[in-house]
Amino acid sequence: MSFDVAATRAQFPILSREVYGRPLVYLDNAASAQKPRAVIDAMSTAMECSYANVHRGLHTLANETTEAYEAARASVSRFINAPSPDTVVFTKGGTEAINIVAAGLDVKAGDEIVLSVMEHHANIVPWHFLRERKGAVLRWLDVDDDGNLDLSALDALISPRTRIVALTHMSNVLGVKTPAAQIVEVAHARGVPVLLDGCQAVVHDRVDVRALDADFYAFTGHKLYGPTGIGVLYGKREQLASLPPFEGGGEMIDIVEQERITYNEPPHRFEAGTPPILEAIGLGAAIAWLESQDRKAIASHEARLCEAMMSALRELDGVTLYGQSPDKAAIVAFNVDGAHPHDVAQILDRQGVAVRAGHHCAQPLMRRLGVTATARASFACYNTLEEVSVFMEALHKSRKLLG
Amino acid sequence: MSTIDEAIDEIATDFALLPDWEERISYVIELGRALAPLPEAERNEANRVRGCASQVWLVSERRADAPDRLFFRGESDAHLVRGEIALLLRLFSDRTPAEIISADPRAVFERLGLKDALTAQRSNGLFAMMNRIQAEARAAA
Repeated sequence: MSFDVAATRAQFPILSREVYGRPLVYLDNAASAQKPRAVIDAMSTAMECSYANVHRGLHTLANETTEAYEAARASVSRFINAPSPDTVVFTKGGTEAINIVAAGLDVKAGDEIVLSVMEHHANIVPWHFLRERKGAVLRWLDVDDDGNLDLSALDALISPRTRIVALTHMSNVLGVKTPAAQIVEVAHARGVPVLLDGCQAVVHDRVDVRALDADFYAFTGHKLYGPTGIGVLYGKREQLASLPPFEGGGEMIDIVEQERITYNEPPHRFEAGTPPILEAIGLGAAIAWLESQDRKAIASHEARLCEAMMSALRELDGVTLYGQSPDKAAIVAFNVDGAHPHDVAQILDRQGVAVRAGHHCAQPLMRRLGVTATARASFACYNTLEEVSVFMEALHKSRKLLG
Repeated sequence: MSTIDEAIDEIATDFALLPDWEERISYVIELGRALAPLPEAERNEANRVRGCASQVWLVSERRADAPDRLFFRGESDAHLVRGEIALLLRLFSDRTPAEIISADPRAVFERLGLKDALTAQRSNGLFAMMNRIQAEARAAA
């Protein structure tokens, strides 16, 4: 099967730029992906041709913009196979999506939240708020050295006090995918709802929230080739209906009186104020663009890149790889003995190669791996095998300079 | 002893003499290797510089033989950051608080001539370290 990566690259204007006089090799896609022309054009066309506030106006532009905004919601709904667009809440990102659930959950002192040590801080800190503010107890699911969750341990962690299981669908550090459908099955067998953090998974895999039977599914737009400032909280209708509003303001109300207020139905209940209209349109365009691609071919292309980099790194003495689970995608976390990952990242940057280095907003996982930080190279559809070679050469030079 | 301005010029001249970015980065790494490590006890929370993605500790102290001056020692777990600390100590250690406060952190990085070797990202902590040094100086002034 051939995947025309050159044709794909040509659609991403930024990939033609240079860094320090060298062609940019962008391997920080798990942090944020670059944007195809289709997304850039959709947003600027909206601003140039048809823009107004949504849901309120009775004029032509307001109607057109409202239709575009709601069409983006319908695209998201179709993209994740949600039962209907009104189960899709637009948020400002994956973080806000999780915060809406955490803040709205009816939690009493002693109630328990099940997380894994592999979560991004966005799926940790909102639950810490519940621990601090309401006396909730956080129960932590461990992972093995390669980042595989222990499903039998999950069952043991769930108690009658468990209010929710909140787990990642794919680790942002290790690229390891979690067995989401089984997680949901185990939790549902105990009557506990599940929130999945899909910020990484939704980029690399077809996600079907109904097949997963997830109660909540959160993801962000900017890792999905869309703009920043837009994310999604999918929730089962009855789950969303059970949550109180997150922020107060325009649009999320039904009736406002001086001593009484009633709120709008989901999804609008959670979209206070003027929403990120252009960003939603951009996300809709990103999804349309992605759906026009052969996603299976992209996934195998990314898998080839990931495997090529991992086998090249395995050849080297003094390089540690993290997360060698067979069920992983597009992310390579590593460390070079005797060097801090920041040293490695900075010297790679000087050679035009962009990687991330740090704790990746996953300090509990760093502790589990016994490190303070790692370097991380992460792939998108537009990366190439040549770029893996450039990365390896740049890494050799970095090791030489640091050696 | 030279002023901060003169010290910046001296370092900039050193860098300018090096033929390419690799030599300049090697030089920064060498400076870091030559930095005396901080004792374990001083690598504590109070001395940790927030805002650095790698771990950075800075100790400021007064010495009886030069009571009007501030002295700094520091360390990081990253080689390049250790090198940057070494540079900052050359600029700011053994100075009066007034001298330290008068320096413009952005201008310091610009003038050092490191831009072709290192991206001054917020997370590498150079500015956080300079802010810390100046905060200590303001507290001591």
